[in-house]
Amino acid sequence: MDTVNASEIHVFLVDDHQLFLSGVRSELGPGFIVDGAASDVDAAINEIRQTQPEVVLVDVHMPGGGGAAVISAVLTTHPETKFLALSVSDAPEDVIAVIRAGARGYVTKTIAPDELAEAIRLVHSGDAVFSPRLAGFVLDAFGTDGAQVVDPDLDRLTNREREVLRLIARGYAYKQIAKQLSLSVKTVEAHVSAVLRKLQLSNRYELTRWATERRIV
Amino acid sequence: MADIPLRDEGASPEGSHDLPAPLFVRSPTDRVLTGVAAGLAARFGMDPLVIRLGFVVLALAGGAGIVLYAVLWLLSTDGAAPAPVKLAPDAAVRRLIAVGLMVTGALLLLRAAGIWFGDALVWPVMLAAAGSVLIWTRGDADERARWSRLAARLPGRPVQTVLTGPVSVLRVLGGGLLIVAGMGAFLAAHDALAAARNVLFSVAVTVIGIGLVFGPWLLRLARQASEERRKRIRSEERAEMAAQLHDSVLQTLALIQRTDDRDEAVALARGQERELRAWLYGRAGTNDVVSAALDEMAGRVERLHHVSVDTVVVGDTRLDDKLRAVVDACGEATMNAAKHSGAKQIAVFVEIEQELVTAYVRDDGKGFDPNTVPEDRRGIADSIVGRIERNGGTASIVSAVGEGTDVEISLPRWTL
Repeated sequence: MDTVNASEIHVFLVDDHQLFLSGVRSELGPGFIVDGAASDVDAAINEIRQTQPEVVLVDVHMPGGGGAAVISAVLTTHPETKFLALSVSDAPEDVIAVIRAGARGYVTKTIAPDELAEAIRLVHSGDAVFSPRLAGFVLDAFGTDGAQVVDPDLDRLTNREREVLRLIARGYAYKQIAKQLSLSVKTVEAHVSAVLRKLQLSNRYELTRWATERRIV
Repeated sequence: MADIPLRDEGASPEGSHDLPAPLFVRSPTDRVLTGVAAGLAARFGMDPLVIRLGFVVLALAGGAGIVLYAVLWLLSTDGAAPAPVKLAPDAAVRRLIAVGLMVTGALLLLRAAGIWFGDALVWPVMLAAAGSVLIWTRGDADERARWSRLAARLPGRPVQTVLTGPVSVLRVLGGGLLIVAGMGAFLAAHDALAAARNVLFSVAVTVIGIGLVFGPWLLRLARQASEERRKRIRSEERAEMAAQLHDSVLQTLALIQRTDDRDEAVALARGQERELRAWLYGRAGTNDVVSAALDEMAGRVERLHHVSVDTVVVGDTRLDDKLRAVVDACGEATMNAAKHSGAKQIAVFVEIEQELVTAYVRDDGKGFDPNTVPEDRRGIADSIVGRIERNGGTASIVSAVGEGTDVEISLPRWTL
């Protein structure tokens, strides 16, 4: 992506592990301003409302409701805030929960610093960020599709979206996917955003059930 | 409004204003029926037993207690019990007396209104209940300690000693007396009414009396027993967890501290992470699913070559011969990539569908020109392709210099 973003991105960090907070702080190079950090749910909600950052990096697992609680509370008052979820967990029910609460993306904490920076930029510009594993979850959840679809327009993934997700699951970056499928990067991003929307709006109860049943990491 | 700390239930913080605030919260832990009594007790800082006996007495007065219980249940919400309010001994006595007067007042009112089972039943039960309360209400520990110090210095306040002190001789005596008086009154009243003395009936009354004296004690004992069992289970779980952590995690952490090689440390950490995950999410020992077999393979490659291998499985299922062949082929391809590509990261993706299984092993490494393949790589490539073709599938290797390598495997799950 050609990031001619002259303005710096304001970032807020939410994590109950101090070590991780300071790690991310030092890793985020120029181009980012860390507005603040919080290590529990209530403090995070208050401080995000006060500082109004552009992108919030939020840990999935925290005492007091976890990242999902922070996301849904802040989005009720500040719907323009973008959230990127981070976790070591990778458990489907957690990942699906933060996405459905309104996170624009999900990455694992083992992500390389430059990839994290790119993920923040993507989320900031309104795109979605899927880790390979999240793409796998989504394919799994929407994959074994029987006849009973609640809302056909919303729930079914198009073949193109499926192809894009497969490539993400295979470890391709958006740019490589675009090349592979002879699409523009913008189109690839649009497909991923569409999948994210379906994931967030889909009301099929099977999605939640599927996520809780599969405690396989 | 923004300053109100949010609870996780309810998406919108303002939503809770739609309903009238509940009077109190029912206790989820301390309950005989639905936790109403314990909830009330916590709300007003009293012993739940007092409230329970109050309900029993009122229930005997024409069923008023049952109605009251139902109404209170409707007015309350279920949830975490609030911490009991702590009260000074004086206040505790005042509340006890207040509840006693309220119950008595309610009884007189019901009697006047004619909702009544009869003097012969209600008053003796009331007396016995008061006795039971006297014996079995407990002050909390530090309140008792404070009170016993006070009582030592000021012996002139026997009423408070009787009402709020620990289970003392005085209390048992006083309570027992009240209970006996209640039973006696009950028997006497019924003697006067019924000419025949019913032995069974008096036995029943005695049993009820004993129940009033010892019942709360037995209940408390049973609760303690189950609490102890829970504690034992918890400590066993902790012991198992400690054993597991000691065998694996602590050993690995020790190794990581001793190594100077960063790659080695990362490999150790990743291997341990994989193992711990499998244990935490209860997949240890279930190696017969594709994701587990693939993870095991990935762990092996990571240990040998200090790369990271990410695996994603869609449609995970039990291994069969075909799937085993695919996992083995992926293993070979991954090993190959780890040895030759120079990439630090290898991605393995397996999708299992009804009819077909597809697998991809990808690295971002230096790649190669398929026309000028070095001999050692040729051999491995052939072995991957050959293995899959023998099983009735196809495999291809896509690569270009500087573009990484993709191994694509596709295998029908059933042969005709």
